[in-house]
Amino acid sequence: MLAFIIRRLLQSVLVMLTVALVAFGLFRYIGDPINNMVGQEATLVEREQLRAQLGLNDPVPVQFARFVANAAQGQFGMSYRMARPVADVIFERLPATLELALISGIGALVVGIALGVYTALRRDGWLSQIIMSLSLIGVSLPTFLIGILLIYVFAVQLQVLPAFGRGEVVRLGWWSTGLLTESGLKSLIMPAITLGLYQLTLIMRLVRAEMLEVLRTDYIKFARARGLSDRSVHFRHALKNTLLPVITITGLQIGSIIAFAIITETVFQWPGVGLLFITAVQFVDVPVMAAYLVLIALIFVVINLIVDLLYFAVDPRLRVKRSGRGS
Amino acid sequence: MSDPTPPPLLSVRNLRIEFPTRRGTLVAIDDVSFDIARGEVLGVVGESGAGKSLTGAAIIGLLEPPGRIAAGEILLHGDPIHRLRPDQMRHIRGRRIAMIFQDPLTSLNPLLTIGQQLGETILTHLDVDEDGARKRAIALLDEVGIPAPAERIDHYPHQFSGGMRQRVVIALALCAQPELIIADEPTTALDVSVQAQIITLLKRLCREHDTAVMLVTHDMGVIAETADRVAVMYAGRLAEIGPVRAVVQTPHHPYTRGLMGSIPVLGADIRRLVQIDGAMPRLNAIPPGCAFNPRCGAVFERCRSDRPDLLPAGATRAACWLFDAGHASEQTR
Ligand SMILES: Nc1ncnc2c1ncn2[C@@H]1O[C@H](COP(=O)(O)OP(=O)(O)OP(=O)(O)O)[C@@H](O)[C@H]1O
Ligand code: SF4
Ligand SMILES: [Mg+2]
Repeated sequence: MLAFIIRRLLQSVLVMLTVALVAFGLFRYIGDPINNMVGQEATLVEREQLRAQLGLNDPVPVQFARFVANAAQGQFGMSYRMARPVADVIFERLPATLELALISGIGALVVGIALGVYTALRRDGWLSQIIMSLSLIGVSLPTFLIGILLIYVFAVQLQVLPAFGRGEVVRLGWWSTGLLTESGLKSLIMPAITLGLYQLTLIMRLVRAEMLEVLRTDYIKFARARGLSDRSVHFRHALKNTLLPVITITGLQIGSIIAFAIITETVFQWPGVGLLFITAVQFVDVPVMAAYLVLIALIFVVINLIVDLLYFAVDPRLRVKRSGRGS
Repeated sequence: MSDPTPPPLLSVRNLRIEFPTRRGTLVAIDDVSFDIARGEVLGVVGESGAGKSLTGAAIIGLLEPPGRIAAGEILLHGDPIHRLRPDQMRHIRGRRIAMIFQDPLTSLNPLLTIGQQLGETILTHLDVDEDGARKRAIALLDEVGIPAPAERIDHYPHQFSGGMRQRVVIALALCAQPELIIADEPTTALDVSVQAQIITLLKRLCREHDTAVMLVTHDMGVIAETADRVAVMYAGRLAEIGPVRAVVQTPHHPYTRGLMGSIPVLGADIRRLVQIDGAMPRLNAIPPGCAFNPRCGAVFERCRSDRPDLLPAGATRAACWLFDAGHASEQTR
């Protein structure tokens, strides 16, 4: 087990280094950093001075090593556009994105599993058929369209929910939360649905397929043959086995929720890192782009590690070493 | 019908199982009747697809849709159980009729310890508390020959070998002292070396607890050693049924005779069913009359038009026109 974790950690470091290389490439090849920092009227000598000062004349590997060392401490330099440390800007925006991703992720997971189990158990029921048909729409409609439709219905026509922004926020230390105010919660509803709908339908279809598969297995037949109640057969025996493969996919989905937040945040003008990234792209604010890239990669890697550990917690076949075999 | 003796433990009467499909209804079990007495071991043999597993599933109420019992009845001590509501049937499953499946590697839930699986079964059927259930589970494991049961009870299925897992499965079937165990090829998936151990164990336990067994198997050796009576199935019908010695040594139905080969000697080295020329018909192509007529060496006119019922044939009963009184007199005339 320990060996497994160490191997996983090493893999994670490798992934992070690769992403760092891409981010570093952004700096070197998109625009001239000096041009972005000094005005048009700076002299060649001044530019050369700054170049040396920033270490841009050092060999590339040395520069990369310096970049990684800085990145590891959360230092990505100054935002070109806002002239503030990138780390500050990102941390300011992070709570908005994490709250949005968390709420829509949990919602997608809970509702997705519940509907998946329901449609598997009542395979031929009319309600299941309707849910399955609707889920097809959920998978095929593009995110931004869902967002715009929601805004049109609930903000423009019915005027019950705000069309953009995060509402009022409360500060808890460096964290700013929208979960404690009414306007904050109201503002969260539509973005959370928009962001989570695709994941919800995906999880639901996965759980359904997996559950149907498990219900056909011998140990479920044997559990029934022993006279166990439907409740026990479905939820104690079947569901747990169903969730095993779901854990992996869900982990990846949570990662992509954070990545997909870019679109949702743009549609709803949600003040998170996704929106920050889009603006950074428009203004070629390379340090912000690089930092965003590394941050997202980090989140993916951490989630993957958690998923692997969850597997150990759930599946005894991985946890217990094979002992005492023999007929 | 007006019989003063108590009804048998299990009675299957004119059972018919159908699968409705887009291209018509398939009749998988057609007019099958047999009894199992208390403590009796009924061996069930027949080629793959003959309907052995379906019959077992129907008895324990676990036919999978779209399969359904279209006619006939299943009686437990004379009470019909084939039309019970699901919650009523649950009290029969595991409690009065238990089932053992073919593959012990897949019969146990990999995510629960065997103690958890035994415990929940005991708590479902018996009036004991958690402590009592655990004690009973350990005693059961001991009874089926698991060494160090008090320790092994907290292990997961993957920590046991195939033979040991089948012992655990048997313990699970015995949890509530059922009156009948349906064992569907309980040793087919096991190593040859442990097959005999498992059969011996099953036989001993059922004798000690006076439990009846419907033993589905392809192994004629096992049948000869274990069963009291044998039912031979062919294409969803009973071909022959009778005491084990009679069916194995002096079979009457041409199909059974083919199965037993040319040397009908008990204990001879025909452990596997012998291949007969031709194949069993598919369900949508069962010929009219006797289902065996395309493969039968003794086929005659009537076999192609009328379906034979079980007729007395020596010590057994065989579904074959050769044993019709009219046929015999025709022959002598
Ligand atoms: N869902 C189904 N739809 C249609 N036909 C089915 C279905 N399930 C089983 N059958 C048919 O019912 C017949 C009897 O099957 P059954 O499983 O009882 O055979 P068996 O005697 O147990 O064979 P084996 O020795 O291979 O286990 C087979 O011909 C099979 O094709
Ligand atoms: S009824 Fe006719 S075809 Fe069928 S087994 Fe008897 S002799 Fe053969
Ligand atoms: Mg079978």
